[in-house]
Amino acid sequence: MRPLKNEETVLVFTKLKKYIGSNVRALLERSDGLYCFRLHNGRIYYVKEDIMKFAATLPRDNIVSLGVCFGKITKGGKFLLHITALDFLHPYCQNKIWIKESAEQNFMYGNHVYKSGLSRISENTPKYAGVVVLSSKDIPLGFGVAAKATAECRHADPMDIICFHQADIGEYVRNEEALI
Amino acid sequence: MGRAANFQDKPKKGPGRKARKQKDPVFPRATNDEDEPKKLSRRQRIRARKRTLKQEAVKTNPPKKMKKMNTKQKVDGDLDSEGEHQFSSDEMEEFTNNIKTNSVEETQAKTKFALFEKDGSSDEDSGGGNEDGEEENDDFGVGNEDENDMGFQDDDDDDDDDDDDDEKDIEKLSKKIEKKEKKKRAAGDAYLEESAEKIGIQIPSLEEVQQEDEDSPDLPNINARIKDTAFVLADFSKRREEGRSRSEYLAIFLKDLSTYYSYNTFLMEKLLDMFGPTELIEFLEANELPRPVTIRTNTLKTRRKVLATALIARGIDVDVITWSKVGLIVMRTPGNVTLGATPEYLAGQYILQGASSFLPVMALAPKEGEKVLDMCAAPGGKSTHIAAIMRNTGMIVCNDLNRDRVKALVGNFHRMGITNAVITSHDGRAFAKLMPRAFDRVLLDAPCSGTGVISKDERVKTSKDLKDVQRCSHIQKELLLAAIDSVHKFDGQNGYIIYSTCSILVEENEAVIEYALKKRNVKIVPTGLDIGKSGYVRYRQHRFHPSMQLCKRVYPHSYNMDGFFVAKLKKLSDGVPKTTQDKAEDEEDESITPT
Repeated sequence: MRPLKNEETVLVFTKLKKYIGSNVRALLERSDGLYCFRLHNGRIYYVKEDIMKFAATLPRDNIVSLGVCFGKITKGGKFLLHITALDFLHPYCQNKIWIKESAEQNFMYGNHVYKSGLSRISENTPKYAGVVVLSSKDIPLGFGVAAKATAECRHADPMDIICFHQADIGEYVRNEEALI
Repeated sequence: MGRAANFQDKPKKGPGRKARKQKDPVFPRATNDEDEPKKLSRRQRIRARKRTLKQEAVKTNPPKKMKKMNTKQKVDGDLDSEGEHQFSSDEMEEFTNNIKTNSVEETQAKTKFALFEKDGSSDEDSGGGNEDGEEENDDFGVGNEDENDMGFQDDDDDDDDDDDDDEKDIEKLSKKIEKKEKKKRAAGDAYLEESAEKIGIQIPSLEEVQQEDEDSPDLPNINARIKDTAFVLADFSKRREEGRSRSEYLAIFLKDLSTYYSYNTFLMEKLLDMFGPTELIEFLEANELPRPVTIRTNTLKTRRKVLATALIARGIDVDVITWSKVGLIVMRTPGNVTLGATPEYLAGQYILQGASSFLPVMALAPKEGEKVLDMCAAPGGKSTHIAAIMRNTGMIVCNDLNRDRVKALVGNFHRMGITNAVITSHDGRAFAKLMPRAFDRVLLDAPCSGTGVISKDERVKTSKDLKDVQRCSHIQKELLLAAIDSVHKFDGQNGYIIYSTCSILVEENEAVIEYALKKRNVKIVPTGLDIGKSGYVRYRQHRFHPSMQLCKRVYPHSYNMDGFFVAKLKKLSDGVPKTTQDKAEDEEDESITPT
């Protein structure tokens, strides 16, 4: 477990910024205590500072997870967000997509969101912006990247991809082994 | 300009629409082999003998005909519930005419989903109960013979809000009926004893039983014998055959039970040590049935009412668990919905969790901002419950030795949105050295032989032997000491350890607690649960500490939950108590004397 290096911090925050914009500040300046990002086993964890300090006294090899895992730094040097970060992306994110009930299952099996399954999209979503995908009942289902801007969506064909899939909550069942 | 079809070329397909032929009639077996007389089974012969006896009894006392009829039926009913599977034809007719199928079904449904019911009611519901059957029979019988009396009583229940005079009359009448019933019952009991003596339940000798099991075990026959033996054992001095010892009966009973329910002898002996014959049968029957599926609402993400509405909208029938604010019980799931893969589940709004695993957490009663350790946490049902109660404040350290199971733990924690956790994979015993006196509360849900959850895992029936139990017990003792050592103590507020197992064996429960009481300065405090039987203070050769009765035991047959044990310990001071006398004094004035 160690604090992030400069370049790692840049990687993480640029990625987060795609989803939650300037709300990245809100992750660090919280009223209920100090929170920090830590790297452990190649994974980035977002954790309260006193918990982190307590965990630092434990043998490193035996710690499996602490706080919330946000994602990992790939061997290619990119930062990959995991589905476990959804809890923190959802309340702060600026662009959202709501999908129809019929398309929920499809998305939760790891498919992209098609125009036919689109129910609503927040206004002024630019192309390639990070979006959180919600069900018709406002349950966050995952996140992805908008393949089309809001204006383009209106004229899209039913089978056009609206949002590229990145992570979905189906992974908790599908992919439990490699969740973090 | 259509082309005319060439019908002549078309081959014939099948026998044609109207060619269906009726099948040959099937005659009932009775009409087929009328000529050869059917051989009666052993049970039937006994029943026939009883019937002749009864007829003789009726002949000798003709004026008391009504009563005799009733008692007769009661006797039948009693014996039926005790020792027989089927009714003879006449009685069967009477029975079926009278039974209100609806009510029976209702009670069954109730049993299936009734959770957290007190002993008595569940006994009644189970329908296997001795008295239950007796009463039913009694009512039916009277309903048939003297309609006037009984008819009145039935009305009585319905029309309570009549005039005062009527009520008085009815009251008198009901008292009369009660008296009558009492008399009848007494007469019936007497008759039962008498008949039992006369007939004498014949149980073959141990050698014969063993021989039979080796040759060709006949399960219905064994089941009948189990009930017979239980009947004899219930009032041994009166019902036994002359010259046969209790141990012989018990040996036969044990042998039959282990064959019928397919347990190994070791486990069955242990169980027989704990329960009486009738209760043991109830316990074993309860193990054959699955427990109802329960789920726990994640209060960090939703509320129970909202979740229940969402699930009902998906076609999943749920009902609230009355004694918990977060529990839901699942009555029925439609075929196309998996409870563990709904969007609500994946969004972390609930977790599948047995009703019994709510209770250790309720006993632990963590407060916000505390440091809590869960030593054997996987798959995380209890520890996520703790985190939800603490509302993501403080800290919870979850540990499990098994790396593979830790993965499930990680998944559940992230799915449920818990942020205050550290998940480790350590040997739990190491915590005493790693983090001495670091926690406010510790939950130790120790690994055990699993004798309380046989309905979940049938392998326990045959796979456990003395060595397994001893091994479990040893690990549990070490873990409990480690748990005590990793708790620190503030002024009376903190320093609690919950020890729970899903086993019902004394070796893994009371014996472990007793060991901890000797080795560490702790005392048992009330768990705060109003469920379950108290722990054993005296059990066979063991004499445990008197405060052991504050522990709680739950059995599958009495509460329709998994069997488990829970004890709450409070740490008084560090170190080892010097003498038992010192400890006794400590407990009296609760003063802290560090050693």
